[in-house]
Amino acid sequence: MGLTEADWQAVWLTLRLATLTTLILLVLATPLAWWLAHTRSRLRHPIAAIVALPLVLPPTVLGFYLLLLMGPNGPVGELTQWLGIGTLAFTFTGLVIASVLYSLPFAVQPLQNAFESIGQRPFEVAATLRAGPWDRFLSIALPLARPGLLTACVLTFAHTIGEFGVILMIGGNIPGETKVLSIAIYDHVETLEYGRANLLAAGMLVFSFLVLLGLHLSNRRVRLYRL
Amino acid sequence: MNSSLRILLRSLLGALLVLALPLRAEELRLAVASNFTAAFQQLAPRFEQATGHRLKPSFGSTGKLYAQIRQGAPFEILLAADDQHGKLLIESGLGVPGSEFIYAVGRLVLWSAQPELVGGSHEILASERFRRLAIANPLTAPYGAAAIQTLEHLELYDSVRDKLVQGENIAQALQFTYSGNAELGFIAWAQLKALPAKQQGSFWLVPEDLHEPIRQEAILLRQGEDSQAARAFLDFLQSPQTRALLKEWGYDTPEAEPR
Repeated sequence: MGLTEADWQAVWLTLRLATLTTLILLVLATPLAWWLAHTRSRLRHPIAAIVALPLVLPPTVLGFYLLLLMGPNGPVGELTQWLGIGTLAFTFTGLVIASVLYSLPFAVQPLQNAFESIGQRPFEVAATLRAGPWDRFLSIALPLARPGLLTACVLTFAHTIGEFGVILMIGGNIPGETKVLSIAIYDHVETLEYGRANLLAAGMLVFSFLVLLGLHLSNRRVRLYRL
Repeated sequence: MNSSLRILLRSLLGALLVLALPLRAEELRLAVASNFTAAFQQLAPRFEQATGHRLKPSFGSTGKLYAQIRQGAPFEILLAADDQHGKLLIESGLGVPGSEFIYAVGRLVLWSAQPELVGGSHEILASERFRRLAIANPLTAPYGAAAIQTLEHLELYDSVRDKLVQGENIAQALQFTYSGNAELGFIAWAQLKALPAKQQGSFWLVPEDLHEPIRQEAILLRQGEDSQAARAFLDFLQSPQTRALLKEWGYDTPEAEPR
């Protein structure tokens, strides 16, 4: 028994969601993590706490507020309607936004740890060699933070693949649009299609294991970052 | 002396009153189809006050509750939203044969939270004036299946197909529509009637000949076979008083079926 077309569609959709979320978070999280690692501003504590919120909040809290915010009477919903793109609940775009929020700490924290562990010394040396801020960031920070960067990417990607509660609340179970793998498995289980559920679930299990194993192996010699 | 005698008499009287209550107040765990949530929450205190038993309901789509019972979920009673799943449970030995009866017949309604949108007919479904139509997952929720049958009957299924969003159960379909994220939704008539009048928006009550009747069956599960409370609740559910209330709340009740 192989995967049906609908199951493949869910796999493909999930991969697209995870890839897009990872790319967006790389762009957003890198400067944020850099700022958190170096600023002395008092704001850094509240902002670090906000970034970490998705780690402790149940997905239902995020799903609930997203549904209200993106709804026709919510501020985001009013904006998107004004822009002529309608409301975002039950759309792929809506899922991407939710996933970016939901996986934010998984991208920011490893990067922040990596930047912090570099310390000030290499930058001071570079500055004496007349490297500008951009130069220092590109030729020192990024290469030295490579393991952190890799950890951030892998964790974000894997965490988005494993997203369930938020999507259940704002997705609407639309094939090819919002019906991701975890929802497809849930549907199979609820309709007692254990064979199909098992196929997808076992695939997820193996995939997740390999991802984490690969991550640990690649970080082995450098240093293991806090997950 | 006199006062301590009075205290003794009072405590004796108190003890008698406690003993006069049902022999053992039981806790009853029920699997209840989502559409019946509001009705159940109205009924529960009446039953609890009358009998002293405690009710612990779990709400969900009929298909999901069925799957849970198949996996050993600790329920004594299932209040389904159809008359299929109970029979399946009896066949597989998890339901008590002969215990099943129709406690309510549900009605489907096309609803919008916007007061003007649904003008008491299904014309809106053929228009471009909505982006999303919420239904319950037809694979697990009988009301979702009835919604699909209605759309097929009206020959509108293909044209609205891309606008369908599925709630995990009928309660989520209601919530999607209530929050306005879906302009339209197929929900249970009883759910709509349970909303405050100001929030009832606009609706079209789906004629019963557009879908298979939503005959909601109650069934005693094996785990409740010896439970006094379970029997008492099933009797309560088909009492004339309960049936009158259910009618008021948006359910048809079948002619009394002999059990």
